[in-house]
Amino acid sequence: MAKKTTGSNSISRRRLLTTASAGAVLAASPFRINLLQAQEATIKVGFPVPLTGPYGTEAQDQVRAAEVAIAEFNEGGGLNGRKAELLVRDDKLNPGEAATRTLELIEKEKVNFIVGSLSASVQLAVNNVTKERGIIYNSISQSDEINEIKDFSKYTFHEALTPHLTAGAVGRYAFPKFGKKVAFLTADYAYGHEMVRGFQAAGKTLGVETLADIRHPLGTTDFSALLPRIQALKPDILIINNFGRDQQIALKQATDFGMKKSMKLVAPILLYTGRLAAGAQAFEGVIGGTSYYWGIEDKVASAKAFNDRFRKMHGGKVPSDYGALGYAGVKTLLMGAKAAGTLDTDKVIAAVEALKYDYYKGPEYYRKCDHQAVQSVLIIESKSKPEKGESDVFNVVATEEPSEQNLRTCEALGHKS
Amino acid sequence: MSGLSFDLIALQLFTGLALGAIYVLFAIGLSLIFGMLTVVNFAHGAFYMVGAYVGLFLLSLGGNFWLCLVAVPLIVGTSGLIVERFLIRPLYGRGIDYPLLLTFGLSYVMVELIRIAFGKSGYPFDTPEILQGAVNIGVGYFPLYRLFVIGIAAVVLLGLWLFLERTSFGLIIRAGARDPQIVRVLGVNVSRVWLFVFGIGSGIAGLAGLLAAPLQGVIPEMGATILAEAFVVTVVGGMGSIGGAVIAGLLVGVVVSMTSLFAPEMAKVSIFALMAIVLLIRPQGFFGRAGLMS
Repeated sequence: MAKKTTGSNSISRRRLLTTASAGAVLAASPFRINLLQAQEATIKVGFPVPLTGPYGTEAQDQVRAAEVAIAEFNEGGGLNGRKAELLVRDDKLNPGEAATRTLELIEKEKVNFIVGSLSASVQLAVNNVTKERGIIYNSISQSDEINEIKDFSKYTFHEALTPHLTAGAVGRYAFPKFGKKVAFLTADYAYGHEMVRGFQAAGKTLGVETLADIRHPLGTTDFSALLPRIQALKPDILIINNFGRDQQIALKQATDFGMKKSMKLVAPILLYTGRLAAGAQAFEGVIGGTSYYWGIEDKVASAKAFNDRFRKMHGGKVPSDYGALGYAGVKTLLMGAKAAGTLDTDKVIAAVEALKYDYYKGPEYYRKCDHQAVQSVLIIESKSKPEKGESDVFNVVATEEPSEQNLRTCEALGHKS
Repeated sequence: MSGLSFDLIALQLFTGLALGAIYVLFAIGLSLIFGMLTVVNFAHGAFYMVGAYVGLFLLSLGGNFWLCLVAVPLIVGTSGLIVERFLIRPLYGRGIDYPLLLTFGLSYVMVELIRIAFGKSGYPFDTPEILQGAVNIGVGYFPLYRLFVIGIAAVVLLGLWLFLERTSFGLIIRAGARDPQIVRVLGVNVSRVWLFVFGIGSGIAGLAGLLAAPLQGVIPEMGATILAEAFVVTVVGGMGSIGGAVIAGLLVGVVVSMTSLFAPEMAKVSIFALMAIVLLIRPQGFFGRAGLMS
């Protein structure tokens, strides 16, 4: 056994020597330039997303959609013939893991851009790394903080909606329609708190009264103990301010308690994937916001084109809301590079800032001061049962058109202009 | 706080009892297995989860919920028999930590197998049509299905009590828990008794999982949360005491529910605060025998 080990060692040593000397010859020869050019030939997009963990379903869809953006870019000739490539990493929904993977992508893989993340705290961790290394980062999950001066840098772009914008849009639709007495059931962490602030900011001018804001810990599996009190308060609207599985269980149990009979259930974000996982019964009649729903393809040409391409590449499936953000996040940076005609960071930033784009949901652009994507918010209502195939789950009841008016002002975020 | 009426408090108490019913069903198997076999079964949450998935699978084959109520405990109980016979039995007499580590590892294996078979994301589990909706119980509206869960828990407890107290096999089980050596000397095959007890315990856990599925849907990790809470129940009730598990289960449900009324953000912590207080006053729990762990 010991002899065998020595044997293989000597072989690998010999091979090492050969490789090293070949490398030395190569380094000194004119071949070197060609090699470097070959290395530069692909544009690398690092994509850290939580493939494992509670948002795995959404993350996998983000990858699928990002692949569509890469394929389109490459078919369109790339950047003067240079093709793009997606490097997916699992951030495990953990800020530390995400920072490590991002650093690895930058140091070892020499990526040109980073796009990704699916949680407020994870995107801030990624942003810290990219900011320090001077790599452009496009975040594709909701956050109010990332646009604030404390976290923002010129390298930071935010393609996703913000809680302030989403909750505001849903509130502006729901309060006049369903009533001014509101109760909140809120997940006790940044996401929930930011959403409550968003609803209350929108409600202030409308004379909305908050009856109670009941906080529950993240990962609650039984809400029954919180529901009788909410029922006793007799609100017009109950806003379920949580995400993922918490949201699915809360809606299901509120339905079981018969709460839909006496009040309107509203959520800041209704997830396509969440609705599929929870079933039609729990979500029926619930109003919420979203950045994207595939059903707008009847009215929006770019949505139709994107959906068709996605269907073709991924076995007839339609893209989800968060998935579509993966597409837009990658697409905008690549198109920025194409417009700039180079990968020079400052020139790409200027080109992305100047983009007026309509890639999948109607017109969008990045606001200059905080690089927030100014875009529409869809207000959707969950159907009682799918009519046209199982992906037919929502009705789009209203669209809030893109407007900087609905975002927090640059001054409020701490920016100068 | 405004709007605090008698009706609300009564409804809240009732909610607590319904919550407690699931805790009781889950903890009773845990307590039974520990009391008889001195095995701290960390795979109990996994059996609970498997129960929900077996139900899901049977429904997809065209079965109905009522059939599942019978079939799920039988199927999960049988898998419990297999686990005891081939994995846990070789570890008897080696100290309490061996089966603990084994079941801990086993729970991960079971969760992973389910992930491979059914996928990582959850499934919806509709409440059976006849049990949908809420009924007026005098102090307010309460989901019919939760009443049904309380009823099932009562039936299972009654059945278990009759079995243990009124049958000769139950007598052997109780005797085996007190002093397995004497029972063996009397010519009883104790290992067969233990096998059976583990099967019953896992079967009831599977039933609890099936009953929980319409309340919260089905995911591979669903056993982990309730396992932590159920350990609190068994510790408060006294490790190994079935009566203790029942009373402590209902008490934990009511404590969670009442805390939720006054300080919702404290609800999760309240369970552990209760455990700390009980342990300070009565280290062996309500009905626990001292020295069982040593």
